[in-house]
Amino acid sequence: MSDAALELAALEVRYGAVSAVRGLDLTLRRGEIVGLIGPNGAGKSTTLHAIMGLVPLHAGEIRFQGAPLRGRAPESVARSGIALVPEGRRIYPNLSVRENLRLGLAARRSRLGEHHASDIAWVHELFPVVEEFASRPAGTLSGGQQQQLAIARALVARPDVLLLDEPSLGLAPQLVDVVFAALEEIRKRGVSVLLVEQRAQRTVAFADRSYVLSNGELTTTFGPADADDTERLIAAYFGS
Amino acid sequence: MTTIQTLIDAAATGAVYAMMAVGIGLVFGVLRLVNFAYGQLVMAGAYALALTNGLNPALSILVCFAVVIALTMTMDVVAFRPLRRHDASPATMLVATFAISFLLQSIATLKLGVLGRTVGTLTGLNRPIGDGRLIVRWIWIVAIIVAAVTLVLLLQLLNRTSIGLHMRAAAADFRTARLLGVRANGVISFAVLLSGAIAAIVAVVMTVETPYVTSDYALRDTIIVLVGVVVGGIDRLWSATLGGFAIGFATGVLNGYLPSTGTWPFTSGVYLDSAVFALVILVLLLRPDGLFVRRERGAVERV
Repeated sequence: MSDAALELAALEVRYGAVSAVRGLDLTLRRGEIVGLIGPNGAGKSTTLHAIMGLVPLHAGEIRFQGAPLRGRAPESVARSGIALVPEGRRIYPNLSVRENLRLGLAARRSRLGEHHASDIAWVHELFPVVEEFASRPAGTLSGGQQQQLAIARALVARPDVLLLDEPSLGLAPQLVDVVFAALEEIRKRGVSVLLVEQRAQRTVAFADRSYVLSNGELTTTFGPADADDTERLIAAYFGS
Repeated sequence: MTTIQTLIDAAATGAVYAMMAVGIGLVFGVLRLVNFAYGQLVMAGAYALALTNGLNPALSILVCFAVVIALTMTMDVVAFRPLRRHDASPATMLVATFAISFLLQSIATLKLGVLGRTVGTLTGLNRPIGDGRLIVRWIWIVAIIVAAVTLVLLLQLLNRTSIGLHMRAAAADFRTARLLGVRANGVISFAVLLSGAIAAIVAVVMTVETPYVTSDYALRDTIIVLVGVVVGGIDRLWSATLGGFAIGFATGVLNGYLPSTGTWPFTSGVYLDSAVFALVILVLLLRPDGLFVRRERGAVERV
């Protein structure tokens, strides 16, 4: 058995007659950070939604630690150890920050038991705002703080694989740094990360490997060394 | 001293309607389903009480709970779940509950007859308190207390437990809740179960004051409560509940003051419905989002 955490094979997703993703092959190994970059509408979010069981597969296979995920309900995927930080954060504005965090515990697999205090402590360490504003309604936090809460909420479930959908969207530069610093810590914990981003250069420099997704197909692969090759990035991004 | 009498009677009606509003609002929160058949759950509970008249009251009430909860769960499994699986629109689901409502009424008529049955479980509570000058019935007080306790317990459940948190999250944004690992069917079944238990409580309380049970039992009340829920604001549980209470209270007060000669067509019922719905139209004209809904935030938490 390989050390693959998540394998996507010949993935195809259609909305009606239109293919949003086609023939996508991607392997995420344990403890690896893989970037998925590409223009709007390229199928990045759709790929993440397909993994989570939010959209049905037209063809192909998704395997998580060797077990097929196809046809599973979103909560079942989440409970098996994959967490998604959705685009737009999707925190609950009328629930308190603490309650938002507690919701993340819903996905904890039973084998992890009730001893989640250390995970919450770790999450608080990563994102101190989450502890500081615990009793505030989450809707009163700033955009950056909400993003940190969204990531924290995904992490308390102790996922093996973390999917992030444009976590830096709409954030000020120094908050982008906070998010990427947190991802580094998450990597150290052995969590595999699939990072969907618009910030191509930053993602390529940060991830172990990055793929460009264009019109529903993977085109180019980049390593961290390619981050400075701006011309090649632009070419891959816009299709030359 | 008829004013106090009328106000207590109105508060009791409001309390019962508030409970029905909670039962309807809970299911609407997680399912986006307006359950028109809610009254038939109360009707089934009332029949369960009437048919077990001979038993010990506690046992009879237990049977009522068992029957109503079993019927509620059956409704969910047989009707709501298949509709959900096909992503039925709220309109389709509403029409389906109309069908269930009439089906249950017809079954009751066919199996139990058109003449109706009388419930004698807790008749003692219908006695007046005191020397008879001021007519306040025990059941009015009991209804208010039962409703208050039910609502407080429910609030504790929603605010203090994990399943309550999951329900609130599911009501606000079901998809995200599922992404976080909240079990959709678990949350829905729990909401349906709670709404069934509340329907059983309503059946027990309502049959004390209105012991004569026919197949259309609680039908009119359901329609009024549904109107109250919409008037109060169906998107949130507390505003729906207040709406239920308000329309019940208004009904009670109007009932006390409207003229009645006691003979058709000049019974108070004729004026009552007209007056209540005139009030409803007025409220909807002035506050179309709901009487108790503050218009400030974009996103709403529905439970």
